[in-house]
Amino acid sequence: MADISSSRAAPRAAAIKLFATLFVFWLLLNGNAAPGTLAVGVVVAGAIVLLFPSSLSVLSGHRLTAEALVAALRFVGLFLRELVRANIAMAALVLNPRLPVAPALVKVRTRLTDPVARLLLANAISLTPGTLTVEIAGEWLYVHWVVAPTTDADEATRAIVSGFERHLEVMYG
Amino acid sequence: MSAVLDMIGGLLMVGGAAFLALGGLGLVRMPDTWTRIQAGTKATTLGTLLTLAGIALIEPGWALKLALIVLFLMFTNPLSSQVLARAAHRAGLKPAPQTRADALADDEGRAAE
Amino acid sequence: MADPFLIAAAALVALALGLALARFLRGPRALDRVVAFDALTIVSVAAIALAGLVTGREIYLDVALVYALLSFLGVIVAARYLEGGEQ
Repeated sequence: MADISSSRAAPRAAAIKLFATLFVFWLLLNGNAAPGTLAVGVVVAGAIVLLFPSSLSVLSGHRLTAEALVAALRFVGLFLRELVRANIAMAALVLNPRLPVAPALVKVRTRLTDPVARLLLANAISLTPGTLTVEIAGEWLYVHWVVAPTTDADEATRAIVSGFERHLEVMYG
Repeated sequence: MSAVLDMIGGLLMVGGAAFLALGGLGLVRMPDTWTRIQAGTKATTLGTLLTLAGIALIEPGWALKLALIVLFLMFTNPLSSQVLARAAHRAGLKPAPQTRADALADDEGRAAE
Repeated sequence: MADPFLIAAAALVALALGLALARFLRGPRALDRVVAFDALTIVSVAAIALAGLVTGREIYLDVALVYALLSFLGVIVAARYLEGGEQ
């Protein structure tokens, strides 16, 4: 598959990606692919792309290569695994009569530069074991940790950020 | 076959609902706003995911729309909890006394405790 | 139709709603109530979907989706309003 992210500056590639994303979203929303649904979808997605060509980068900033797709699947897989682990850990915590919390607000650093990639990272952190993103300030994320084993920024970065960042870097590289 | 799917779907549904209840327990028991947000967000996200996945197995025709709801929640749920956590910090709410460090307050030049 | 499962799931969802409601009533701060409200609405999305399963009507899923969308916006607005310093 061709890598069209190299032409990210070109608004046409972004518009095509935005259109494709919106159209797929429309099909999911309708749950069928009848001719009428498809026609309305083309009109609606087209109208949104024409009206808001640059303000919806959330839906078009990603790369569209096979490599990025694999990274996205790995990201989702890791995310789901961490979500289950997070819930088991949280269940053990709230069912413990002593409620052994040791919270801390630590800061971690990310190498990601794309704002949407940073948002996805922040979201992933919020759903993984014991961590919650509180504030994003440039390359720094402030993370609330329910049971914090460390308050050191570098150690916290390795523990919280590194796993997701690897995949996001490929997706938004 | 459908009986087996119903069975697995039912189990997923009950498991998801159990996580929702645990999230409610966390909301009640946790000592401060941030720990409550943590307990609430994680449990409601996985709880809803499992419950809706269970429903999708019982009613396969609904799977697409259920997937869309799950997708939407997986994106918005952590986002709203982040906005709430930030608002609680900006509003100056007190963290639980067990809290060991507050890097954000430190960087903003306020006292950590 | 998995009846015993449905009853168990409904009971647990009701328990979750009750616990979140307890936090909503107790507060103590306005933001704690918004946190509880956020959890209440997401549990409600699951409850609405379960109601759809009980009645066999898919339209409930659209209700759940719109409900999730509106409550998300509501929580964001409430949080932004309260972050300036509350009460």
